[in-house]
Amino acid sequence: MTHNARIEIATRSSRVFLVFAFAAIIAAVFLPAFVSRGIIKDMFAILTLLALAQCWNLLAGYGGLVSVGQQAFVGLGAYTLFAVVGLYGFDPLLSILMGGVVALLFAIPFAFFLFRLDGAYFAIGSWVLAEVARLSVAQWKAVGGGTGTSLPRDTVRSMPGTDWVRALFDVSGSAARDIILYWIALILAVALMTAIYVLMRRRIGLGLTAVKDNAEAARSVGINASAIKWMTYLISAFGAGMVGALIFLQTARISPGAAFSVTDWTAFVIFVVVIGGIGTLEGPILGVIVFFVLQNFLADFGSWYLVALGAAGIVVMIFAPQGLWGLLRDRLGLTLFPLRRRVIFTSERTDL
Amino acid sequence: MIGIDTIIQGVLLGGLYALFASGLSLIFGIMRLVNLAHGDLIVFAGYLILVGVSVFGLNPFLSALIAAPLMFGVGWVLQLAVLNRVLGHNILPPLLVTFGLSVILQNLLLETFSADSQRIPVGVLETASVDIGVTSLGLLPLLTFGSAIAVILILNWIFYRTALGRAFRAVSDDPTTASLMGIKPNRIFALATGLALVIVTIAALYLGMRANFDPTTGPARLLYAFEAVIIGGLGNLWGTLIGGMIIGVSQTVGAALNPEWQILAGHVAFLIVLLIRPRGLMPKQ
Amino acid sequence: MILQTQDLTASYGDFRALFGVNISLEPGQIVSIIGANGAGKTTLMRSISGVLQNAPEQVVFKGKPIGDLPASNIMQRGIAMVPEGRRLFPSLSVEENLLVGADRRKGSGPWNLHSVYALFPILSEFRSRPATALSGGQQQMIAIGRALMSNPEVLLFDEISLGLAPIVIREIYAAMPKILSQGTGAIIVEQDIAQAMRVASYVYCMIEGKVSLEGAPADLSRSVVHEAYFGAAA
Ligand SMILES: Nc1ncnc2c1ncn2[C@@H]1O[C@H](COP(=O)(O)OP(=O)(O)O)[C@@H](O)[C@H]1O
Ligand SMILES: [Mg+2]
Repeated sequence: MTHNARIEIATRSSRVFLVFAFAAIIAAVFLPAFVSRGIIKDMFAILTLLALAQCWNLLAGYGGLVSVGQQAFVGLGAYTLFAVVGLYGFDPLLSILMGGVVALLFAIPFAFFLFRLDGAYFAIGSWVLAEVARLSVAQWKAVGGGTGTSLPRDTVRSMPGTDWVRALFDVSGSAARDIILYWIALILAVALMTAIYVLMRRRIGLGLTAVKDNAEAARSVGINASAIKWMTYLISAFGAGMVGALIFLQTARISPGAAFSVTDWTAFVIFVVVIGGIGTLEGPILGVIVFFVLQNFLADFGSWYLVALGAAGIVVMIFAPQGLWGLLRDRLGLTLFPLRRRVIFTSERTDL
Repeated sequence: MIGIDTIIQGVLLGGLYALFASGLSLIFGIMRLVNLAHGDLIVFAGYLILVGVSVFGLNPFLSALIAAPLMFGVGWVLQLAVLNRVLGHNILPPLLVTFGLSVILQNLLLETFSADSQRIPVGVLETASVDIGVTSLGLLPLLTFGSAIAVILILNWIFYRTALGRAFRAVSDDPTTASLMGIKPNRIFALATGLALVIVTIAALYLGMRANFDPTTGPARLLYAFEAVIIGGLGNLWGTLIGGMIIGVSQTVGAALNPEWQILAGHVAFLIVLLIRPRGLMPKQ
Repeated sequence: MILQTQDLTASYGDFRALFGVNISLEPGQIVSIIGANGAGKTTLMRSISGVLQNAPEQVVFKGKPIGDLPASNIMQRGIAMVPEGRRLFPSLSVEENLLVGADRRKGSGPWNLHSVYALFPILSEFRSRPATALSGGQQQMIAIGRALMSNPEVLLFDEISLGLAPIVIREIYAAMPKILSQGTGAIIVEQDIAQAMRVASYVYCMIEGKVSLEGAPADLSRSVVHEAYFGAAA
C-alpha cells in the first residue's frame, strides 16, 4: 500500500476573531476572581481535555496518524512527575515540563517502531506500545508498582505561588492550588493551540510553494509527508506528557491503570475531536463543550453514557464526517482560525 | 522453571491466539479494514455462548454451534449497515467507527452482565489430559490447537479452492473490476465479516472455557491477535499460527520467570520481531 | 436493436464528460468507436457496463432500461466488458481469472475453460501462473477470455489494442470472428482508425463528450473522419 498526500487549502483572514480570542483568554485568566472553586475545577478538566484533544487532532487530523495509544504519553508524563517530585523532591511546576520532555524522549523509539506499521496497523501498534509502557511502569516498585502511589502532602502544599494566590483571592490553600493548576492548564491549552496554528500555517505555506513551483509536486509533498509524521508525533507526545503530568499533579494520586487509561486519555479524546470536527482547531473546542454538557446530563446513567458517546461518534463519522463544527461552518460560512487545510494520507486504490 | 512443559503450553496457547487472529486477518485481507472491535466481538460471543450454557443449560459446544450463525448475522448486518459506509481511501473513518463500536460493546456488556468475571463451565473436560511421556497435555488446550489448524485449513480451502474464495481475492484486488464480473463487493464484504465472526465464535468458545473473561477483556485479545498477524506476515494464515505460537511461548516462558511478566513478555517478543523483520516472518511473495 | 443509449449524459462530480450520446447496436453487429484521448470513450463504456450509473432510460438493453443498475447486475444480464488496461486480478492465476468471469453467470453458449484455451492455446500453458506475470498480449487474451466465459450477448472492448505489438494485435483481430461467432454483438473502442473501419459495420467518432460523426465505413471519406476525429480546427 502506498501513501499519497494532498493538501487542502482555503484561507480567510479573521482578525476580528483574534481580538475576541484574546479577550477570552484575558477573561479566563481573571476567572478565579469571580467563580467558585467547583467551576475552576471543571474548567481545569475542560482545558486539559481540550489540550489532549488538540494533540490528537494534530496527530490524526493533520498528520494522518490515527493513534489509539496517546495514553502512553499521558502516563509517562504523569509518572515522570511522580518520580521526580515524590522521589527527588523536584519543583512540581518544573516537573510538568519534565513530564513532557520524557514523553518526547520515549516517543522517538516509539515512532521508530510504529512508522514500520502501515496505515491502519499504526493504530493497534500504538496501543501495544501503550500497554508495554503500562505493564513496565507497573513493575516499578519505587512508584508503587501495580497499585500506585500518592504525592507527599507537603510537596503538594508547598507549590510555588500558593501564598501569593491565597492573599490575592483570599482563599484557602487548596483552593489556591486549584487556581494555579487551572492557570497552567490554560497556558498549556492556549500554547498548544497557538503552536499548532502557527506550525500548520508555515508548513502548509511551504508545501504549497513546492506544489506551485514544481511539476513533481506529489514527490516533494511525499518527502514532506514523512517529516510531517515525525513532527506531529513528537509534538503530540510532548503535549500529552505535560498534560498528563499536570492532571496527576492535581489528583496527587496515581496508578498504572489510571495513568494509562485508554478510555480516559484516548477514547474520550477521539470522540471529542470527531464529534467536534477533525482537522480543525475549532472542532475540538466545540467537542469538549458538547462532551461536558453530555457528561453532566448523563452522569446518572453510568456506562450508558459511554454507549451514547460511542454511538454519537459513529453517527457523526458516517453522516457528518466534518463534525459539528463542519456543519456549523457550512451553515454559517464562518471560519475562526483560518486553517482549513490538512494533509490527507490515503491508501492508494485505483478506480476503473 | 522453564521446561519442555512450559514451551508446549505456550505452543498450544498459540493456537488460541491464532484463532483470535484469523478473523482479524480475514477482514483485513479482503477489505483493508482494521477492526478495533475485534477483541470485544470475541468477548461478546463469549457471553452469547455463556447465556446458552447457564440460562438454557446447553453443552458449551452446542451453545457455540447456535451462537455461530447468530454471530454470522451480526457480522453481515454490521458490515452492510455500518462498515460498508466507511470503507474507502481514508483510513480514519473505519478505525474510528470500529473504535466507537468497541466502546459501545464493552459498556453494553458491562450494563448487561456486570463487571464480574465469568467462565464457561465445561465439567470434566477442564481437567482431562493426555499423557505423552515427557509431560501430560490438557485436552482442552489440545482441542484448541486442533481447532486452530482446522480453521486455517478450511479458510485456505475457501480462499484458494472455491468460487467464493476467488470472489474474496478479486474484490480485494479491485472491487470495480470485480463488479464487472457480476460480483457485488458489498455483499462479499458482508459475507467475509460474517465468516470472520463465525471464527470469532470458535475463538470465544475456547477463550471462555479456558480462562475467565469480563467485559473489558476484549482489547488485550485484539492486541494478541494483531501481534500474531504481524509476526506471521500479512495474508499468510500459517504464518499467523506461527505468530500466535511465538506470542504464546513468550508468555508462558515470561510467566515461568515471573508471573507478572507474562503479558509483557508477549508484547516484547512482538516488538523484537517487528524490529528484525518488519514485514513478518513469512510475508506473502 | 439489442443495445442503445439515449441522450446519455455522464459526469465525474461536477465535471461533465458526456453530453447526450446516442449509439445503438444490432444483435451480432460490430460497432467501433474512435476518438482522441479524453473524448469520452471510456466514460461511455463505463456508463453502459454500470460502473457509472445514470438515469434508467439512458441505456436500454433488450428493450429494458438498465442505466441505473450496478455493474454486477448488468453483467449478469449479459453485457461483458474487456476494460481498458485489462484489469486482471493480480492475486488470481490465469485460470482463476478466467473462472471468475463465469462464477456469477454461465450463460448459454460455447464458452468455457476448454473453448477459451482452444481459442488462445498459449493460456493453457500458463494456466497456474499469476495472471499479471504474463506479457501484455497474453494478458489481453485473458481479459477477453474472462469476458467470454459468461457467454455474454454483448461484449464491450475498451482500447483493445492499446500498448500491444502489431503482431499481437493482428492475432487478436484474427480471433474476432470466432469470438463473435455466436451472434454476440460487440462495441470496440479503437485508436487505430483504419483498423476500426475494417472490423466494424458501423462507426461512431467522438469528440469532447459528443458523437461528432457516425456511419457505415464505406460511406465515410478519410477527410471527413479526420475532421471529426481532431475537431474542425485541425
Ligand atoms: N475518474 C475520473 N474523474 C474525473 N474525470 C475523469 C475521470 N475519468 C475520466 N475523466 C475525464 O473525462 C473525460 C473523458 O475521459 P475518458 O472517457 O477516459 O476518455 P477516453 O476514454 O476517450 O480517452 C476526460 O476529460 C477525462 O479527463
Ligand atoms: Mg479511454
